[in-house]
Amino acid sequence: MTVGLPHFLALSAIVFCIGVYGMLTRRNAVGVLMSIELMFNAVNITLVAFAHYITPQDVTGQVVAVFTIAVAAAEATVALAIVLLIYQHHKGIDVDNVNIMKW
Amino acid sequence: MLELGGIVEAVGEMISSVMGSLGFGSGMITLMQLLTAALAVISFAAVLTLFLVWMERKVSARFQMRVGPYRVGWQGTIQTVADAVKLLQKEDITPVNVDRAIYFWAPVVTFVAAVAVYVTMPFGEGLIVRDLNIGILYIIAITTFTVIGLLMAGWSSNNKYSLLGGFRSAAQVVSYEVPLAIAILGVVMLTETLSMLEIVHQQSKFYQWHVWRQPLGFIVFWIAGTAEVNRTPFDLPEADSELVAGFVTEYSGMKFAMFFLAEFVNMFTLSAVATTLYFGGWNGPLLPSWAWFMIKAMAGVFVLMWFRWTYPRLRVDQLMGFAWKFLLPLAFLNLILTGLGIHFF
Amino acid sequence: MDTFSLAFFVLAFLIVASAIFVVSSKNIFHSAIFLILALSGVAGLFVMLHAYFLAAAQVLIYVGAISVLMIFAVMLTSRIADKEIRHTNEQVGIGLLISGGLLAVILYSLYNTPFTISDQPIAEGAGMTLGRLLLTKFVLPFEVVSVLLLAALIGAIIIARRDTKTGDSVPPRPIPLPKSLQQAKGESES
Repeated sequence: MTVGLPHFLALSAIVFCIGVYGMLTRRNAVGVLMSIELMFNAVNITLVAFAHYITPQDVTGQVVAVFTIAVAAAEATVALAIVLLIYQHHKGIDVDNVNIMKW
Repeated sequence: MLELGGIVEAVGEMISSVMGSLGFGSGMITLMQLLTAALAVISFAAVLTLFLVWMERKVSARFQMRVGPYRVGWQGTIQTVADAVKLLQKEDITPVNVDRAIYFWAPVVTFVAAVAVYVTMPFGEGLIVRDLNIGILYIIAITTFTVIGLLMAGWSSNNKYSLLGGFRSAAQVVSYEVPLAIAILGVVMLTETLSMLEIVHQQSKFYQWHVWRQPLGFIVFWIAGTAEVNRTPFDLPEADSELVAGFVTEYSGMKFAMFFLAEFVNMFTLSAVATTLYFGGWNGPLLPSWAWFMIKAMAGVFVLMWFRWTYPRLRVDQLMGFAWKFLLPLAFLNLILTGLGIHFF
Repeated sequence: MDTFSLAFFVLAFLIVASAIFVVSSKNIFHSAIFLILALSGVAGLFVMLHAYFLAAAQVLIYVGAISVLMIFAVMLTSRIADKEIRHTNEQVGIGLLISGGLLAVILYSLYNTPFTISDQPIAEGAGMTLGRLLLTKFVLPFEVVSVLLLAALIGAIIIARRDTKTGDSVPPRPIPLPKSLQQAKGESES
């Protein structure tokens, strides 16, 4: 059995779904963010695998992956600042307790 | 004449012929060659550390008008071997309330990150494990694992001094990485390549050394690099007057030795990268290439030790301000000047 | 099995195992360490796919910056002692259902999609091509991303900024309740 594009895509799908599960079930806000990072990475695997197997002469997939990484970095910065603020207000970062905007 | 590149090639060929006759595939042979190279690099790191510790003690002694280690061996050269044996014999204490798994892996991560850098370091003509086409970027990327190791050590020790040391080191290394990388970018703009070997080849003559065209970049690189390897005046993570020993407070025996090893290896790495990027790498007349490389790198290490006995330690608040408000703008200025220079000349 | 396949399966096992630990570990610091392991595994996959520049960028940004930030947040918000906290909410069942269903749908569509694998040779010097594309064809998204990063930088500073006089975070006041609820609260108190 030789490894090809479907294997990479399947791996990516598995990692993405693990990320979805973590995002839905984690109580710790940082844990939720980690799950989101996993999902970002799953998407990156897909992009690079497509770039490698379908358009090997053109690295557009990798360019989009670079953008994904940049956006992930921006997201992590702001999200973690918010997490620290939540910690100061609620003395904990359990996302289930942060329901103040739920009115 | 006295070039080590030939020996390395011969060993590589020997491995491939022996394993080829035993019926292994080419992938396994490459793997075996890389493993041998890794072994060579690790033993080099160990011997290097022994030498650097001796050098550190001798240099600091001279700066303080002392003699330094003198009794064991000629001029105390075997003193560090004796110290290492003592360190290995010591009891390896694991405190009760530590996070065991992470406490165990922290020194491993730090050490591996320190040594893995040498994969693409051109020690001399033909003395390079693998010339990666992303060479210098690989080095910057791998060194970031050091931070993870320090944070793991700081957190798992369950000790406030360790935690503070871990915090400080992470904040410091992450901050100083930015000006460091941007200073290196100036060299990359000139060479138009990231490969370490190619960068060395481009500075074969004395007047082609990049330090002449990148003086500002080199200064920023060197200061940021000193902070990156936690040397004085930036040794806040293990400031003994404030934090006992920082993140290594709880470590002893073999695990402590690994942190120690990583620290000295990192110091040499900084000097070796500076040699490769700014001082022509292994290029030089008469002497064999590896000797030139070692001479230049050791001169860099000496300057680092000189810093240690010249400058007082920075305060924490000064540290961050210095990186973001002084070094970073300087690095950007260097980048702009380099761009203008390339455009006009 | 050739070296490529072997490397793929080793890395795939590493990534999936550490991803599962990330979402299931009771200790959030362990989650962060496993996240780093998973991200490094992804960098290994990039090397296998000849995306060397991207692999280095992945390690540099994810391991060197984002993970360090995560660990910082973990260290600031939890202590080594509190491990025994319940780490999942009540949605475990429904979460498993949704992610499992999603996985099934993706794998099904993957199985039924014919991909046209190109047999052209792989472009060498991808780093240079990448840079060229970023500054020609993708220059607009490139600039937009830099503006986004700047906005994120300023935003993060403003959100987490402390007042220099009191040492408190700048917006320390509790978010006011809506008028109707405030009245209800006042009545119940009086």
